[in-house]
Amino acid sequence: MIYLDNIAGCAPDKRVVEKILPFLTERYGNASSHFYHLGRDAFEAMEEARKEVAQLMGANSDDVYFTASGTESNNLALKGVISHPDNLHKKHIILSELEHYSLQNPARRLISKGYKVSWAKVTPQGHVDTDHLASLLNEDTVFVAIQHANPEIGTVQDIATISKLVKASGAHLHIDAVASAGLLPIDVDTFRADTLSISGTNLYGIRGTAALYIRKGVKILPVTEGGGQEQGIRAGSENIVGIVAMGEGARIVREEMSSYVPQLQALGENLMSRITSLYDFIHITGESDMSKRLPGNVSFWVEYIEGESLLMWYAVKGFAVASGSACASNILAEDEDDLEASPILTAVGVPTDICAGSVTMSLSRTNTQEHVDRVIAETPDIVDRLCAISPAFNK
Amino acid sequence: MKSPYNDTVMDHFMNPRNMGDLEDANAVAEVGNPACGDMMRLMLKITDDGVIEDIKFKTFGCAAAIASSSMTSEIIKGKTIEEAIQVGNNDIVSALGGVPEVKVHCSIMAEEALEDALKDYYTKTGKSLDDLNAMIHKYKGDRPEHH
Repeated sequence: MIYLDNIAGCAPDKRVVEKILPFLTERYGNASSHFYHLGRDAFEAMEEARKEVAQLMGANSDDVYFTASGTESNNLALKGVISHPDNLHKKHIILSELEHYSLQNPARRLISKGYKVSWAKVTPQGHVDTDHLASLLNEDTVFVAIQHANPEIGTVQDIATISKLVKASGAHLHIDAVASAGLLPIDVDTFRADTLSISGTNLYGIRGTAALYIRKGVKILPVTEGGGQEQGIRAGSENIVGIVAMGEGARIVREEMSSYVPQLQALGENLMSRITSLYDFIHITGESDMSKRLPGNVSFWVEYIEGESLLMWYAVKGFAVASGSACASNILAEDEDDLEASPILTAVGVPTDICAGSVTMSLSRTNTQEHVDRVIAETPDIVDRLCAISPAFNK
Repeated sequence: MKSPYNDTVMDHFMNPRNMGDLEDANAVAEVGNPACGDMMRLMLKITDDGVIEDIKFKTFGCAAAIASSSMTSEIIKGKTIEEAIQVGNNDIVSALGGVPEVKVHCSIMAEEALEDALKDYYTKTGKSLDDLNAMIHKYKGDRPEHH
């Protein structure tokens, strides 16, 4: 199997695995138990990891709060900020159309609690329309969430321009950097982020640990309350194994990003130019300028071919790729409502009358030119087979 | 966790039976559209004594839609019109060994295409559509349209 779904989580780096093994065996203390060595040892390991994660995003380590997932970090930012007594008088939330479900869904739920939710439009390349965003901002706006980069279509936002707009309005700016961490530089000060989410799984770590940066002075309440861990913002015994993994992953990507990112960019450019030259009916989704995409992220749709059947054929031929089609990715969905076309594809104006799903191939430092060569070599057979069976194909 | 599709579904998806065009078809139907996520064109050659002698199809859709089309074609080939009408969606799904619950709707398309193709045949040959509808009603009763 050639793994081209790294945006769903990279394979853990061997150094990460080596680093966490002792925490699964002899270093099993609870970081809140300060009266004996085992507990203090866990605490120190956690704080060492916190420094690494903070350094990756140019933050102070006491502004970094560990959570269990990017989803939890996004939920905590949104719900924690709007529910603070000092923010309760403001009832307007703005999300870009590309935001992750972990922001979209809680925001929608808030509508019934008296909040107004506005969606900042994006261009066909997936960039936030800053004129539209500016027109949405007003003195009632309490929270604005913008993704640094989109995992499904790869587009990277111009955070500098966006943050200037948002901060001028006085609203809270949340940046979701889950997809870009480990691939692009992140700096909370340059971004002027009030809160920022990143996840360990995209840092060659393991699933189950993420972090939320919270700028000092931001008014925020906890969502999960209990024993006061994470400065009372996120209670619950810390996942030391995951946190240590995330710290080591953060160190590795910070120290090595400058060497592997150019290689990923070159592989991504090679993949994109070759896949689009195979057929004139293969279309890139999102930004076609690779310098404005996540390095190594290529997404496309094929006229005449349904997304899931494409995905299944890639899987049969030994390639793990992701689908932009909710239909395919939600094959275990509870009901047919979950089978709607991806809101991301709709937002960037992909014609849903002829497109039923896209494919995203996301590379990591473990991918090679040979992987790209093989997926390019196998694609014509897949497309030809599915065109032959498609009643929509007439060439 | 098992793969969402069983081996039979995957076999029909990867090696669809009776896939293609039928030049001398005398019953043709097209149901669904790409915007709905699936579309099927069914072409039948029906003999004067009402036997489905040949069948070809093309389907745009997920693995379940393609496999259901293929399985339907295999089951109804050689059957009389009356026998073919009795083949329902449940028969297709069970012949495939089941499909995920949310994909059952994808398999209904083949049954609809068959009924539409038979209507096309009855219209083209000047036979009474009322007779066909009565036959469909006899075996299937009233049911809502899928699309």
